[in-house]
Amino acid sequence: MWQFFHKLGSPKWFFGISARFMPWLLAGGVLLLMAGVVWGLAFAPKDYLQGNSYRIIFIHVPTAFMAQSIYIMMASAAVVTLVWRMKLADVFVKAVAPVGLVLTFLALFTGAVWGKPTWGTWWIWDARLTSMLILLFLYGGVIALDRAINDEKSAARAVAVLVLVGVVNIPIIKYSVEWWNTLHQPASFKLTEKPTMPPEMWVPLLLSVLGLYLIFGWLACIRMQTEILSREQRTRWVKEFVMRGRS
Amino acid sequence: MNAEARPEVRLASSSVGALAAMKGVFARDMKVAFRQRQDLLNPLLFFIMVVTLFPLGVSPEVSFLREAGAGILWVAALLSVLLSLDHLFRHDFDDGTLEQLVLQPQPLFLLILAKTIAHWMLTGLPLVVLTPVLGVMVHLDGNSIAVLCLTLLIGTPVLSLIGAIGAALTLGLRSAGVLLSLLIIPLYIPVLIFGTGTVAAAAEGAAVGAYLALLGAFLMLALTLAPFAAAAALKISLSNG
Amino acid sequence: MAFDSFSAFITMDGHGPYVWACYAVFFVLMLVMMIGSVRSRTAIIESCRRGYEFQTDKSKVAATSAPSASFERVNVSQD
Repeated sequence: MWQFFHKLGSPKWFFGISARFMPWLLAGGVLLLMAGVVWGLAFAPKDYLQGNSYRIIFIHVPTAFMAQSIYIMMASAAVVTLVWRMKLADVFVKAVAPVGLVLTFLALFTGAVWGKPTWGTWWIWDARLTSMLILLFLYGGVIALDRAINDEKSAARAVAVLVLVGVVNIPIIKYSVEWWNTLHQPASFKLTEKPTMPPEMWVPLLLSVLGLYLIFGWLACIRMQTEILSREQRTRWVKEFVMRGRS
Repeated sequence: MNAEARPEVRLASSSVGALAAMKGVFARDMKVAFRQRQDLLNPLLFFIMVVTLFPLGVSPEVSFLREAGAGILWVAALLSVLLSLDHLFRHDFDDGTLEQLVLQPQPLFLLILAKTIAHWMLTGLPLVVLTPVLGVMVHLDGNSIAVLCLTLLIGTPVLSLIGAIGAALTLGLRSAGVLLSLLIIPLYIPVLIFGTGTVAAAAEGAAVGAYLALLGAFLMLALTLAPFAAAAALKISLSNG
Repeated sequence: MAFDSFSAFITMDGHGPYVWACYAVFFVLMLVMMIGSVRSRTAIIESCRRGYEFQTDKSKVAATSAPSASFERVNVSQD
């Protein structure tokens, strides 16, 4: 068990194993996402309340879901960084934070565009959109702190502390934003909450969530590989990997 | 800065109890601050100026100011605490006192707690004292002013405590001030929401006990967790340089 | 198929611009991110390779044009 744990922390081992998974992650992710999106766009029935604008849900929900779960994953990795000082964990946090930022932005953008036909305005200070915006700030802070510290090791640990402080705050932020929202505009129309969603709607939604998850896995692998290569330039295995196929 | 202006931390031996050490750090920070009174005054001036900008920039109408007054005062207080956070560790970091503090046998988070309490007494508390005057200037009624003071009294220590984490993380970095704001403002949002929400509820005549209790819960949470996070961050920042 | 014709699919009862703008931005950003990740990986491999080749070239040059006198440590035991 512990041997496996140590192996897991070895960048070289990760490099080898991830290379084997990556094509499958990419192929599966693109296939599932495309299936979900095409099904959702062209074949799912029209929503009786919102009309066709609801079709944005098939990318809005996956991006919003990923944006939140990436932060949770980063927090778990931050614990590993602080407790076991595993190299791979801080490589993960560093590689994945920009992806989280982009997905949070996409969730916000699709939410805002969806709001135009539904609410008649681009932006509304709705609880979900506002807490997504705060999540975007949290991602921005993590990336900015990481860029500002030159020393790799202390950057990783400082970022880990910040991510953990953020993850303690996320439920508080969510709760307070929801409370604030009911205070200022009671009973607003909710975007995604439906009494019952027919399977023709939620099956494609599930497909696109899974697809985006797999694509995120591929992105995480390739970005971690980049980070590992730049950190371990001086080791022999990187040299062998890079010079392979050359005399 | 001459040596006279910066008294040393006198708690070298491990025989000094943790509480006595906290007292020592607290007393020293107060003494240093009172020798440089301008640093004490600056956040207060900033607070007043930001509040002045709103009637000038938006509208001096009584109806607008009465509705927005609590929010304006809260945002101004938040910004001036943010502005003063840079001083929390900066001077001690520059002259090496901070390294001595980390090397003390007493637990670091207690010493940081003492420093944070001193910081609050020097910035948060004066803001609360000033609030009634500014509250009258933005036409808040007496009851709202009282509730606003209470929320600030409970809320500003939370701001100082969370801010200590950010100040510790950005210690010794270039452009630390802007970075500090980027990291800390999202974490301040819940306090701001409940602080202004409580005043709004009071203005509508609702009972505010529950809201104040929630703010108190924030304070307790920050008191128990923030010093540990700040201590961890401080150790990381010091090993950096 | 939920639509009667292809043009109905494009206009989506007037909601077309919103839906298609969302999907366009989503796919463009995802593609940019994916291609960017791949490119930065190949870039780092390339820069490593150049670094290693530079090193080996330098050692080759040093080996061929051996100087007549050098300050290298001579491994002769003195006891």
